[in-house]
Amino acid sequence: MNPFSSGTRLRDMIRAIRSCKTAAEERAVVRKECAAIRAAISENDQDYRHRNLAKLMFIHMLGYPTHFGQMECLKLIASSGFPEKRIGYLALMLLLDERQEVLMLVTNSLKQDLNHSNQYIIGLALCALGNICSAEMARDLAPEVERLLQFRDPNIRKKAALCSIRIIKKVPDLAENFINPAASLLREKHHGVLITAVQLCTDLCKVSSEALEYFREKCTEGLVKTLKDMANSSYSPEYDVAGITDPFLHIRLLKLLRILGQGDPDASDCMNDILAQVATKIESNKNAGNAILYECVGTIMSIEDNGGLRVLAINILGRFLSNRDNNIRYVALNMLMKAMTVDAQAVQRHRATILECVKDSDASIRKKALDLVYLLVNESNVKPLTKELIGYLEASDQEFKGVLTDKICSLVEKFSPEKIWYIDQMLKVLSEAGSFVKDEVWHALIVVISNASDLHGYSVRALYRASQTTTEQESLVRVAVWCIGEYGDILVNNVGMLDIEEPITVTESDAVDAVEVAIKRHTSDLTTKAMALIALLKLSSRFPSCSARIKDIILQNKQSFVLELQQRSIEFNCILQKHQNVRAALVERMPVLDEATFSGRRAGSLPTSVSTSTGTAHNIPNGIAKPAAAPVADLLDLSSDDAPAPSSSGGDFLQDLLGVDLSTASAPPSASQPPKGGTDVLLDLLSIGTSPPAQSSSSASDILSSIQDNTASLANLNGLTSLSPLSANGNSPASPAPVMDLLDGFGPSPQKNEENGPAYPSLVAYESSSLRMSFNFSKQPGNPQTTLIQATFTNLSPNVYNDFLFQAAVPKFLQLHLDPASSNTLPANGSISQSMKVTNSQHGKKSLVMRIRIAYKMNGKEVLEEGQVNNFPRDL
Amino acid sequence: MIHFVLLISRQGKVRLTKWYSPYSQKERTKVIRELSGVILTRGPKLCNFVDWRGFKVVYKRYASLYFCMCIDQDDNELEVLEIIHHFVEILDRYFGSVCELDLIFNFHKAYYILDELLLAGELQESSKKTIARLIAAQDSLVETAKEQASSISNIIAQATK
Repeated sequence: MNPFSSGTRLRDMIRAIRSCKTAAEERAVVRKECAAIRAAISENDQDYRHRNLAKLMFIHMLGYPTHFGQMECLKLIASSGFPEKRIGYLALMLLLDERQEVLMLVTNSLKQDLNHSNQYIIGLALCALGNICSAEMARDLAPEVERLLQFRDPNIRKKAALCSIRIIKKVPDLAENFINPAASLLREKHHGVLITAVQLCTDLCKVSSEALEYFREKCTEGLVKTLKDMANSSYSPEYDVAGITDPFLHIRLLKLLRILGQGDPDASDCMNDILAQVATKIESNKNAGNAILYECVGTIMSIEDNGGLRVLAINILGRFLSNRDNNIRYVALNMLMKAMTVDAQAVQRHRATILECVKDSDASIRKKALDLVYLLVNESNVKPLTKELIGYLEASDQEFKGVLTDKICSLVEKFSPEKIWYIDQMLKVLSEAGSFVKDEVWHALIVVISNASDLHGYSVRALYRASQTTTEQESLVRVAVWCIGEYGDILVNNVGMLDIEEPITVTESDAVDAVEVAIKRHTSDLTTKAMALIALLKLSSRFPSCSARIKDIILQNKQSFVLELQQRSIEFNCILQKHQNVRAALVERMPVLDEATFSGRRAGSLPTSVSTSTGTAHNIPNGIAKPAAAPVADLLDLSSDDAPAPSSSGGDFLQDLLGVDLSTASAPPSASQPPKGGTDVLLDLLSIGTSPPAQSSSSASDILSSIQDNTASLANLNGLTSLSPLSANGNSPASPAPVMDLLDGFGPSPQKNEENGPAYPSLVAYESSSLRMSFNFSKQPGNPQTTLIQATFTNLSPNVYNDFLFQAAVPKFLQLHLDPASSNTLPANGSISQSMKVTNSQHGKKSLVMRIRIAYKMNGKEVLEEGQVNNFPRDL
Repeated sequence: MIHFVLLISRQGKVRLTKWYSPYSQKERTKVIRELSGVILTRGPKLCNFVDWRGFKVVYKRYASLYFCMCIDQDDNELEVLEIIHHFVEILDRYFGSVCELDLIFNFHKAYYILDELLLAGELQESSKKTIARLIAAQDSLVETAKEQASSISNIIAQATK
């Protein structure tokens, strides 16, 4: 016998694996066993095939690959003995699933076994078929299964019934074949058969309306009678669970009745009595009883209305809800959620209890309860409910805070009766769980504040107060910083004081302090810092006395490692220093943000509504899609006669609003008004965000791009890494205009970098005593990889060159296309030219290189000159 | 419908898995890892249900083993708890006060029992006695076959001596 295949017994292998101390040891043992099994497989060892397969199953369970054993399953199944088949089918179900093609090979064996004389072998085949069959197998073997539904032994009938479920799920067309046999199984007394038959009917109803009609008409009464007999049956030890006869059958019958009664008053009528009986008689002190009651309530809620029954059902749920067992409370919440669609008023009665569940220690219950509360909220109860939820926000754990915050924000927005209440609630949420608030939620808050002109003062003071107490809530800080920037003067002068407010004294320097804290806090992210920077710029005009201090703070960011901040601080500083005359106009208050546009845009990206059926979290989608053309110019809308602001409807409103655009939005649509170009540039400048320069022909954009170039080169000079994805132009040798003069630059309009992008100096590629070759370069716009080279050959000798031929070779990453030369005769001291096109697939990484050969005849004598050109400019 | 059955030890070791819906090997590993992370960390007094990827997982701990079943949203969770208990009682009856080691060394028998209890993700039999009888009948078939094989091989061995 083969020394490997004798191997160890299954028990010994399991013991060996269990005794392994480390994962490495375990892998070693498994590897050895697998090697032995593979050897046995290749030897076609029959004696130990079943043992090897059993081992493989164990190894599979540990998570190791066992695909090499798949064919062994088929062999075992094909063998004649029961023990081999038993292991074979088990392994088949474990090691394979319906998506493996090997499975098709077993169809024939299955067919034979379904017709076997031994009922246990038929059982094995049915079990395998029911657990893993694919659609094709289902189609092939459906007739066999159908026949087995009438088999003499009930244990085969029940297996065949469940197997049929799999078949009709895989191939719904086959459903009609099973309707009649399923109906006849319903008349059986054997519980196993009955349970599976009821289940089969339920699934048939789901896939076929024809089946539903049939069962509704023919079987409803029979099923009601069966349920009645069950409910009234005396104690039967075989099926008894906690004093109830076969709760499993009870539940399945109730479930089928639910489907039959739904939408059919007659069928519903027929089952009213028995449902009432079950709902009142079943003991609810054990899980089995509660399971039946739960199912019964579900059925009552689904079938056609019967007032009395509904009251009964809601009362059961009320009882469930006050149960001490968490499981029972969980299912009660689950069912109340379904009941919302039927009888919202009845559910509202349990509001207090449900609200208590939101504070439960069990995460599953909390989540369910919160979903339910979310459905319960309406205009009339939004205030107390929100108060409860926000109060609970403090106590909840981190994981739950996110979900809870989402829900509260969405409720507050949906049902807010007045703006001040909305602002108050949002402020509480921001202070409590600001880091969980999604971006569009605080964006929305800003829109609301901006629209409520009478509440500007109230909001900014409240935000100021809140930001003094909490600083670690990022989005609170952002909203506060924005408001202080916009309404700083209102804050300081206590304008628009409401009666409910406590008076507060904020000096100008206090307000600047608040913003300074935000910009200096190391946990602040880029967005917050950028917003703070803009706020400072705005404050500099609102508080002339603090102007110098603000300038200092802005200047400190000149050294920021984030290009964005660095650039803005330099630009802002420039405005402060040199452009006092335009500053006031620049930093005017934002125009009122259009609520309709904003909500319209949000609605576009919001899911339609909370679905009651799943009850899963109401997700506000993250972020708003960024349309291509973001009119950044909207940021600081100068007085309208100055610069026509592009309509904001197509653009990204939020970007406009906050001027925070850290992504690479495309360049602003140029205003195509050259005289006003300067203003446009300023607007662009003030928007935080580097738009990659577009090769647009308008002067405004050109200036913009040249500014970008300058900045980039400055960044390069300082050896700083540029975080902003500047486009290829960034590398061009742009004119080294001092950045501080940026704004002065727009008078004379530096328009050097025109259509064709940067120019490259020509070079002498080759020179000998008799010949000089020089290259001129040009690029096609929009195609940086390709370089057009104009080669000029100059004859340095007094002789005429005939049969002139220029050849060039390039490495693989280049592609070369040579046009014919202007002439093949090179006159004495004259020149000819030849153009070529080189495409560099490694553009930006490798520079061009070329080997050349020039052949010609001088005085009838052949001359050959060779050389290499490797002094190409680097960026070609 | 039950989509899968998992038996996980308190240490997170898998003792039995049965998949009634198609999951690739990769997904299976991921599901097991994810669920054992969720379930093993839950406290003892909490409810036995976990919402998971739009399904519900019903679990119950017996000694050192967690029995988990994944069901659809609108299935009856309380009933599944009852099914788990039913399964445990049958195992207990078969092995005689079952423990984790029984299920490790006789994992295939646990599978045979599960196959008599569930099929196609649905309950097959509500009588513990019937299942015990069916398993016993099949076990004896195996025993007879073994005896026969050994007697035949004895005969052959003797004949070829």
